Amino acid sequence: MRVREAYPIGHVRTPFYVRGKSGVIERLCGTYPNPEELAYARPGLPAQPLYRVRFLQCDVWNGYQGGRSDTVDVEIYQHWLLSQ
Amino acid sequence: MSDHHHEEGVPHRHPNRPDQDDTLTYWRAMEIAVRELLIEKQVTSPDEVRTEVEAMDDRTPAHGGRVVARAWTDPAYRRLLLEDGNTACEQVGLERGLYKLVAVENTEKVHNVVVCTLCSCYPRFLLGLPPDWYKSRSYRSRVINSPREVLREFGTVVEDDVVVRVHDSTADMRYLVVPKRPAGTEGWSETQLAELVTRDAMIGVSFAREP
Repeated sequence: MRVREAYPIGHVRTPFYVRGKSGVIERLCGTYPNPEELAYARPGLPAQPLYRVRFLQCDVWNGYQGGRSDTVDVEIYQHWLLSQ
Repeated sequence: MSDHHHEEGVPHRHPNRPDQDDTLTYWRAMEIAVRELLIEKQVTSPDEVRTEVEAMDDRTPAHGGRVVARAWTDPAYRRLLLEDGNTACEQVGLERGLYKLVAVENTEKVHNVVVCTLCSCYPRFLLGLPPDWYKSRSYRSRVINSPREVLREFGTVVEDDVVVRVHDSTADMRYLVVPKRPAGTEGWSETQLAELVTRDAMIGVSFAREP
Protein backbone atom coordinates (compact mmCIF):
# COMPACT_ATOMS: atom_id res chain seq x y z
CA MET A 1 0.00 0.00 0.00
CA ARG A 2 1.04 3.57 -0.47
CA VAL A 3 -0.10 6.48 1.67
CA ARG A 4 -1.65 9.38 -0.23
CA GLU A 5 0.70 12.32 -0.49
CA ALA A 6 -1.75 15.03 0.39
CA TYR A 7 -1.62 17.92 2.80
CA PRO A 8 -5.18 18.97 3.63
CA ILE A 9 -5.78 21.27 6.56
CA GLY A 10 -7.83 20.04 9.52
CA HIS A 11 -7.67 17.33 12.14
CA VAL A 12 -5.76 14.67 10.20
CA ARG A 13 -4.43 11.57 11.98
CA THR A 14 -2.02 10.53 9.21
CA PRO A 15 1.48 11.64 10.23
CA PHE A 16 3.44 13.68 7.68
CA TYR A 17 6.41 11.32 7.78
CA VAL A 18 4.53 8.46 6.07
CA ARG A 19 2.71 10.47 3.41
CA GLY A 20 3.78 9.18 -0.01
CA LYS A 21 5.56 6.18 1.61
CA SER A 22 4.90 2.51 0.92
CA GLY A 23 4.24 -0.17 3.52
CA VAL A 24 2.32 -3.39 4.11
CA ILE A 25 -0.89 -3.92 6.03
CA GLU A 26 -0.18 -5.55 9.37
CA ARG A 27 -3.84 -5.94 10.36
CA LEU A 28 -7.31 -4.49 10.02
CA CYS A 29 -8.18 -2.84 13.34
CA GLY A 30 -11.91 -2.45 12.70
CA THR A 31 -14.02 0.47 11.50
CA TYR A 32 -14.15 3.82 13.24
CA PRO A 33 -15.90 7.14 12.63
CA ASN A 34 -13.65 9.40 10.59
CA PRO A 35 -11.73 11.65 13.04
CA GLU A 36 -11.35 14.33 10.36
CA GLU A 37 -15.14 14.76 10.58
CA LEU A 38 -15.57 14.08 14.31
CA ALA A 39 -13.23 16.96 15.09
CA TYR A 40 -15.79 19.34 13.60
CA ALA A 41 -18.76 17.81 15.45
CA ARG A 42 -19.95 15.86 12.40
CA PRO A 43 -20.92 12.19 12.77
CA GLY A 44 -17.92 10.86 10.78
CA LEU A 45 -20.06 8.26 9.04
CA PRO A 46 -19.81 5.92 7.28
CA ALA A 47 -17.17 4.54 9.64
CA GLN A 48 -13.80 4.08 7.97
CA PRO A 49 -11.78 0.86 8.04
CA LEU A 50 -8.64 1.47 10.07
CA TYR A 51 -5.45 -0.46 9.32
CA ARG A 52 -2.11 -0.85 10.98
CA VAL A 53 0.45 -0.34 8.24
CA ARG A 54 4.06 -1.44 8.69
CA PHE A 55 6.83 0.60 7.09
CA LEU A 56 10.55 -0.13 6.96
CA GLN A 57 12.31 2.67 8.82
CA CYS A 58 14.90 2.91 6.04
CA ASP A 59 12.04 3.61 3.57
CA VAL A 60 10.64 6.35 5.80
CA TRP A 61 13.74 8.23 6.94
CA ASN A 62 16.75 9.18 4.82
CA GLY A 63 19.93 7.96 6.47
CA TYR A 64 18.15 5.89 9.14
CA GLN A 65 20.82 4.78 11.60
CA GLY A 66 19.24 1.58 12.99
CA GLY A 67 18.85 -1.92 11.58
CA ARG A 68 17.68 -2.51 8.00
CA SER A 69 14.71 -4.54 9.25
CA ASP A 70 13.57 -1.97 11.85
CA THR A 71 9.96 -0.90 11.32
CA VAL A 72 7.39 1.67 12.31
CA ASP A 73 3.72 0.62 12.53
CA VAL A 74 1.17 3.38 12.02
CA GLU A 75 -2.65 3.36 12.19
CA ILE A 76 -4.04 4.71 8.93
CA TYR A 77 -7.64 5.07 7.75
CA GLN A 78 -8.57 3.47 4.46
CA HIS A 79 -9.23 6.74 2.63
CA TRP A 80 -5.54 7.57 3.01
CA LEU A 81 -4.35 4.33 1.40
CA LEU A 82 -3.74 3.56 -2.27
CA SER A 83 -3.08 0.09 -3.60
CA GLN A 84 -0.03 0.02 -5.82
CA MET B 1 20.71 27.63 50.95
CA SER B 2 19.43 30.94 52.25
CA ASP B 3 21.45 33.99 51.37
CA HIS B 4 21.07 35.89 54.64
CA HIS B 5 23.27 36.03 57.69
CA HIS B 6 22.68 33.43 60.43
CA GLU B 7 23.28 34.22 64.05
CA GLU B 8 23.67 30.98 65.98
CA GLY B 9 20.76 30.19 68.27
CA VAL B 10 18.75 33.30 67.48
CA PRO B 11 15.22 32.54 66.19
CA HIS B 12 14.49 34.48 63.05
CA ARG B 13 12.29 34.41 59.95
CA HIS B 14 13.47 33.04 56.62
CA PRO B 15 12.37 34.83 53.44
CA ASN B 16 9.27 33.23 51.92
CA ARG B 17 9.81 31.32 48.73
CA PRO B 18 7.26 31.94 45.98
CA ASP B 19 4.47 29.36 45.76
CA GLN B 20 5.00 26.66 43.16
CA ASP B 21 1.34 26.72 42.08
CA ASP B 22 0.71 26.43 38.36
CA THR B 23 -0.38 29.48 36.49
CA LEU B 24 -3.94 29.91 35.34
CA THR B 25 -3.52 29.41 31.61
CA TYR B 26 -6.16 29.98 28.94
CA TRP B 27 -7.05 26.28 28.79
CA ARG B 28 -7.17 25.92 32.59
CA ALA B 29 -9.62 28.80 32.74
CA MET B 30 -11.61 27.15 29.94
CA GLU B 31 -11.73 23.84 31.86
CA ILE B 32 -12.97 25.56 35.04
CA ALA B 33 -15.56 27.57 33.11
CA VAL B 34 -16.94 24.50 31.28
CA ARG B 35 -16.93 22.39 34.45
CA GLU B 36 -18.79 25.05 36.45
CA LEU B 37 -21.29 25.50 33.65
CA LEU B 38 -21.96 21.74 33.43
CA ILE B 39 -22.46 21.61 37.20
CA GLU B 40 -24.75 24.65 37.15
CA LYS B 41 -26.85 23.02 34.42
CA GLN B 42 -26.84 19.77 36.43
CA VAL B 43 -25.23 17.77 33.64
CA THR B 44 -22.68 16.59 36.19
CA SER B 45 -21.94 17.22 39.85
CA PRO B 46 -18.81 18.16 41.81
CA ASP B 47 -18.84 14.70 43.39
CA GLU B 48 -19.01 12.98 40.01
CA VAL B 49 -16.04 15.02 38.78
CA ARG B 50 -14.10 14.27 41.97
CA THR B 51 -14.91 10.54 41.68
CA GLU B 52 -13.56 10.44 38.13
CA VAL B 53 -10.35 12.20 39.16
CA GLU B 54 -9.98 9.73 42.02
CA ALA B 55 -10.61 6.77 39.69
CA MET B 56 -7.97 8.08 37.28
CA ASP B 57 -5.44 8.40 40.08
CA ASP B 58 -6.18 4.81 41.13
CA ARG B 59 -5.09 3.46 37.75
CA THR B 60 -1.43 2.52 38.01
CA PRO B 61 1.14 0.48 36.08
CA ALA B 62 0.45 -2.32 38.59
CA HIS B 63 -2.67 -3.09 36.52
CA GLY B 64 -0.56 -3.66 33.42
CA GLY B 65 1.90 -5.65 35.53
CA ARG B 66 -0.83 -8.11 36.49
CA VAL B 67 -1.76 -8.65 32.86
CA VAL B 68 1.84 -9.21 31.79
CA ALA B 69 2.61 -11.57 34.69
CA ARG B 70 -0.44 -13.66 33.81
CA ALA B 71 0.65 -13.78 30.15
CA TRP B 72 4.12 -14.97 31.25
CA THR B 73 2.69 -17.86 33.23
CA ASP B 74 -0.41 -18.90 31.25
CA PRO B 75 0.06 -19.66 27.51
CA ALA B 76 -3.70 -19.56 26.78
CA TYR B 77 -3.98 -16.15 28.46
CA ARG B 78 -0.96 -14.92 26.50
CA ARG B 79 -2.70 -15.88 23.23
CA LEU B 80 -5.88 -14.12 24.34
CA LEU B 81 -3.94 -10.98 25.29
CA LEU B 82 -2.26 -10.82 21.88
CA GLU B 83 -5.56 -11.43 20.04
CA ASP B 84 -8.02 -9.44 22.15
CA GLY B 85 -6.32 -7.25 24.73
CA ASN B 86 -9.52 -5.75 26.13
CA THR B 87 -11.10 -9.11 26.93
CA ALA B 88 -7.83 -10.22 28.50
CA CYS B 89 -7.96 -7.19 30.83
CA GLU B 90 -11.53 -8.00 31.82
CA GLN B 91 -10.55 -11.57 32.59
CA VAL B 92 -8.23 -10.43 35.37
CA GLY B 93 -10.87 -8.12 36.83
CA LEU B 94 -9.68 -4.88 35.21
CA GLU B 95 -11.62 -2.36 33.16
CA ARG B 96 -12.15 -3.21 29.51
CA GLY B 97 -10.93 0.23 28.47
CA LEU B 98 -12.57 2.65 26.04
CA TYR B 99 -10.08 2.01 23.25
CA LYS B 100 -8.99 -1.19 21.58
CA LEU B 101 -5.86 -2.58 23.24
CA VAL B 102 -3.12 -3.99 21.03
CA ALA B 103 -0.56 -5.99 23.01
CA VAL B 104 2.79 -6.43 21.28
CA GLU B 105 5.27 -8.97 22.54
CA ASN B 106 9.02 -8.63 22.86
CA THR B 107 10.92 -11.74 21.78
CA GLU B 108 14.50 -12.78 21.03
CA LYS B 109 14.01 -11.24 17.58
CA VAL B 110 11.82 -8.16 18.14
CA HIS B 111 11.82 -5.22 20.57
CA ASN B 112 8.71 -3.02 20.59
CA VAL B 113 8.43 0.58 21.73
CA VAL B 114 5.37 2.84 21.81
CA VAL B 115 4.92 6.53 21.03
CA CYS B 116 2.14 8.86 20.04
CA THR B 117 3.77 11.34 17.66
CA LEU B 118 0.57 13.36 17.16
CA CYS B 119 -0.32 13.91 20.83
CA SER B 120 -0.01 11.67 23.89
CA CYS B 121 -2.30 8.62 23.44
CA TYR B 122 -1.53 6.11 26.17
CA PRO B 123 -3.32 3.06 27.67
CA ARG B 124 -4.40 5.01 30.74
CA PHE B 125 -6.86 2.39 31.95
CA LEU B 126 -3.96 -0.02 32.25
CA LEU B 127 -0.95 2.16 33.13
CA GLY B 128 -2.45 5.30 34.68
CA LEU B 129 -1.37 8.78 33.57
CA PRO B 130 1.55 8.95 31.13
CA PRO B 131 4.93 10.21 32.36
CA ASP B 132 5.82 13.75 31.33
CA TRP B 133 8.63 12.63 29.04
CA TYR B 134 6.18 10.49 27.05
CA LYS B 135 4.27 13.66 26.20
CA SER B 136 7.38 15.72 25.43
CA ARG B 137 8.12 16.85 21.91
CA SER B 138 11.65 15.56 22.35
CA TYR B 139 10.62 11.92 22.99
CA ARG B 140 7.88 11.97 20.36
CA SER B 141 10.03 13.41 17.59
CA ARG B 142 13.19 11.42 18.35
CA VAL B 143 11.99 7.92 19.22
CA ILE B 144 10.19 7.74 15.88
CA ASN B 145 13.33 8.12 13.76
CA SER B 146 16.17 7.30 16.16
CA PRO B 147 14.64 4.65 18.42
CA ARG B 148 17.87 2.85 19.22
CA GLU B 149 19.56 6.07 20.29
CA VAL B 150 16.63 7.02 22.53
CA LEU B 151 16.52 3.52 24.02
CA ARG B 152 20.24 3.76 24.80
CA GLU B 153 19.55 6.99 26.69
CA PHE B 154 17.12 4.97 28.83
CA GLY B 155 19.94 2.44 29.38
CA THR B 156 18.34 -0.06 27.03
CA VAL B 157 20.72 -1.54 24.49
CA VAL B 158 18.97 -3.58 21.82
CA GLU B 159 21.29 -5.95 19.97
CA ASP B 160 21.89 -5.26 16.27
CA ASP B 161 20.24 -8.53 15.19
CA VAL B 162 17.00 -7.67 17.03
CA VAL B 163 14.38 -5.74 15.04
CA VAL B 164 13.22 -2.51 16.70
CA ARG B 165 9.53 -1.94 16.02
CA VAL B 166 8.12 1.48 16.85
CA HIS B 167 4.33 1.67 17.22
CA ASP B 168 2.87 5.10 16.56
CA SER B 169 -0.45 5.37 18.39
CA THR B 170 -2.01 7.67 15.80
CA ALA B 171 -5.71 6.80 16.01
CA ASP B 172 -8.02 4.43 17.89
CA MET B 173 -5.62 1.77 19.22
CA ARG B 174 -3.76 1.79 22.52
CA TYR B 175 -0.58 -0.25 22.96
CA LEU B 176 0.89 -2.45 25.66
CA VAL B 177 4.37 -3.90 25.29
CA VAL B 178 4.70 -7.35 26.82
CA PRO B 179 8.34 -7.41 27.87
CA LYS B 180 10.45 -10.57 27.80
CA ARG B 181 10.25 -12.61 30.98
CA PRO B 182 13.61 -12.30 32.72
CA ALA B 183 15.75 -15.40 33.11
CA GLY B 184 15.99 -16.89 36.58
CA THR B 185 12.30 -16.49 37.38
CA GLU B 186 11.25 -20.10 36.83
CA GLY B 187 8.61 -21.16 39.31
CA TRP B 188 7.85 -17.60 40.43
CA SER B 189 4.25 -16.74 41.29
CA GLU B 190 2.28 -14.20 39.28
CA THR B 191 2.46 -11.75 42.19
CA GLN B 192 6.24 -12.03 42.34
CA LEU B 193 6.57 -11.67 38.57
CA ALA B 194 4.29 -8.62 38.46
CA GLU B 195 6.84 -6.78 40.63
CA LEU B 196 9.34 -7.03 37.77
CA VAL B 197 7.03 -5.40 35.23
CA THR B 198 7.68 -1.67 35.24
CA ARG B 199 5.79 1.11 33.51
CA ASP B 200 8.77 1.82 31.26
CA ALA B 201 9.03 -1.85 30.27
CA MET B 202 5.37 -1.75 29.18
CA ILE B 203 6.04 1.38 27.06
CA GLY B 204 9.08 -0.45 25.69
CA VAL B 205 11.84 1.99 26.67
CA SER B 206 13.31 -0.57 29.05
CA PHE B 207 13.38 -4.28 29.80
CA ALA B 208 11.59 -5.91 32.73
CA ARG B 209 13.47 -5.75 36.03
CA GLU B 210 16.05 -8.49 36.58
CA PRO B 211 15.31 -10.69 39.61
